[in-house]
Amino acid sequence: MSGILPTSTSSEGVGPEPVGAPPGAPVEERRAIEGRSPWLLAWQRLRRDRVAMISLVVIVLIVLMAVFAPLTTTITGHPVNEQYRQTGLTPDGLPTPPSSEFWLGTDDLGRDIFVRIAYGARISLLVGVAATALTVVIGVIVGLAAGFLGGFVDTVLARLIDVVLSVPFILVAVALVSITGPSLLVTVLVIGFFSWASVARIVRGQVLSLREREFVEAARSLGASDSRIMFVDILPNVLAPVIVYASLLIPVVIVVEATLSFLGLGLPPPTADWGGMISESQNYYTVAWWFVVFPGAALLVTTLAFNLFGDGVRDAFDPRADRIMAEVSDVTIEPLADVDAVEAVPTVETRD
Amino acid sequence: MSANPAATEPATAPSAAPPLLTVDHVTKTFPVGSTSLWRRGDVLVHAVEDVSLEIRTGETLGLVGETGCGKSTLARCIARLYDVTSGTVTFDGRDITALSRRDLRTVRREVQMIFQDPYGSLNPRRRVGSIIGDPFVIHGLGSSRDVKRRVQELMERVGLNPEHYNRFPAEFSGGQRQRIGVARALALQPRLVICDEPVSALDVSIQAQIINLLIDLQSDFGLTYLFISHDLSVVRHVSDRVAVMYLGQLVEVARTEELFGTARHPYTRALLSALPVPDPDIADSRRQTILVGDLPSPTDPPSGCRFHTRCPRAQADCAATTPPLEPVLGDLREHRTACFHPLATGEELASDSAVTPGAGEPPVAGDPPSRPAGTAPTDEGGDRP
Repeated sequence: MSGILPTSTSSEGVGPEPVGAPPGAPVEERRAIEGRSPWLLAWQRLRRDRVAMISLVVIVLIVLMAVFAPLTTTITGHPVNEQYRQTGLTPDGLPTPPSSEFWLGTDDLGRDIFVRIAYGARISLLVGVAATALTVVIGVIVGLAAGFLGGFVDTVLARLIDVVLSVPFILVAVALVSITGPSLLVTVLVIGFFSWASVARIVRGQVLSLREREFVEAARSLGASDSRIMFVDILPNVLAPVIVYASLLIPVVIVVEATLSFLGLGLPPPTADWGGMISESQNYYTVAWWFVVFPGAALLVTTLAFNLFGDGVRDAFDPRADRIMAEVSDVTIEPLADVDAVEAVPTVETRD
Repeated sequence: MSANPAATEPATAPSAAPPLLTVDHVTKTFPVGSTSLWRRGDVLVHAVEDVSLEIRTGETLGLVGETGCGKSTLARCIARLYDVTSGTVTFDGRDITALSRRDLRTVRREVQMIFQDPYGSLNPRRRVGSIIGDPFVIHGLGSSRDVKRRVQELMERVGLNPEHYNRFPAEFSGGQRQRIGVARALALQPRLVICDEPVSALDVSIQAQIINLLIDLQSDFGLTYLFISHDLSVVRHVSDRVAVMYLGQLVEVARTEELFGTARHPYTRALLSALPVPDPDIADSRRQTILVGDLPSPTDPPSGCRFHTRCPRAQADCAATTPPLEPVLGDLREHRTACFHPLATGEELASDSAVTPGAGEPPVAGDPPSRPAGTAPTDEGGDRP
């Protein structure tokens, strides 16, 4: 946060006796002197949110599954694209149900669905995070520029946002992929290009109101440059809604990626991909339920976990969320959104 | 500053020395709304119109007026947060209205502002240390270790605990936040500090602390203040001279004791009569002038004297031409009033008006509309022609 200055509380060169806390003060007191950043407060609120924490655990498990996907091959002995025509298919050439050999059954080509789901998590998370990051970066830059610079720049960018928001996404995606051919990069770019506009709109609105705040005037009266005001003074204040939006955007992107794959616009076979697997299962789900249920469940659990976590993040960043505040207020951390409570904190010294 | 005359001798020096700041016929209009789809600026808000004043080194000039009369706009024009529409602002001999951004940086170090809202003027996402350190960083002064030491000295000076360097603004009370704002404004050792309603957002008890801090700092650092407020008692306490604004124009400028003793302009009189008096007996017996009507819209200000729509003494000439700001009724050059029909010393504003109770009574000498109990009368001062 405070990149400019050292954050240690060492008292070198300070003449007066430190009033707040002697060096050997208890941890709590030190923490009070160090200062509780809004980010720290949000995290403390988030930690009290049981649903969000459970979701976070689920997300971590999914991430671990993606990172250590090769481990599933080691355990089961089934490479991701290996087709087990003898053991993995019935004599009629249909998928085999879950068994001790294939824990979640096999697909229409006799591949291990369990292994493929693990590998598919890599694609889903990679696209989800990369496309969301791209969305946020473009959206924040465009929104900051439009809101802060105003005038002609704002007019042009605001119209551009309107145009992008009114483009029929799927149609353009189909056209684009048919020209370039499907690939991971194209998928990320397509999703990023069509999602940034909502972020830009949120950021622009925030910046428009922040620009009129007195602390921006204060920075200007100190002689700060436009870029300094934009990135040092305004940006940290728009990050909270952006983070909330981003955490809710990740599951949307994952579903969009699955949708593109389902439509044959995602990654080319034989890449393991949840949307692609669901697509392949279309002709088989009447005889092989596991073929559609397990990849579908993986997608559902992942998006649900991200959504619930995103809700928690939103509540944590919004101090008016009474429910959370009530839970926080009866533990050790005072809710600082309440000014009266702040003034009651005894370690705050007024020396008059 | 009246409370500390010994420490600020240059303040009361005769006006032979050139003023630190001269505002010359400054006008500021804002385009609002429009009547056509493509063009903006058909409708103009005349926030400040043809204002001229000067501030001398070491003095405190109080600027009072109703909310929305253009006090803050004038302050922001002086600080070059707004570009003036016309007129010039001269600081220490340099015309700062025409300076480029680059050249302005040196002026920025010498003219600083303290803002009204202690909640809005501090970035909630940044630590106090970096907020106060901003001036040094922006102007590239000192290493980061150096900055930290100087920031902690400043915090100490304004009565904050330097150990709270890494805290966030949300962890401070309103008065402490205003101290942070004061520390930030003083960091570059400016010569002129514009205090834009620095205490009006604070509790009365805290107001006194902040005002005393400002007075102390003025004598320690030889500061010059432009002190904006709508609170007359505060302005009276801190100011050497007072300027009264109405709807974007100055109506009266005078030394503090003179303005509070023998105000000439009907608007100033009306403002003074609204001052609360601590003694209920005096409060009951005095005459209050209650202005009728609302503040006219600054998009379409009245012709002539802008106050004529609400003035109990208004006559035909008031609506026709704008009265100049000049000494009236034989006042000294220091005391200037923009009124064709100024009030003589001891004359009651209400005597011409049917609006207020007590109208028609003969003016009572030595009973100006507001004087806190125990203040010696000043209107026998011999400034009558």
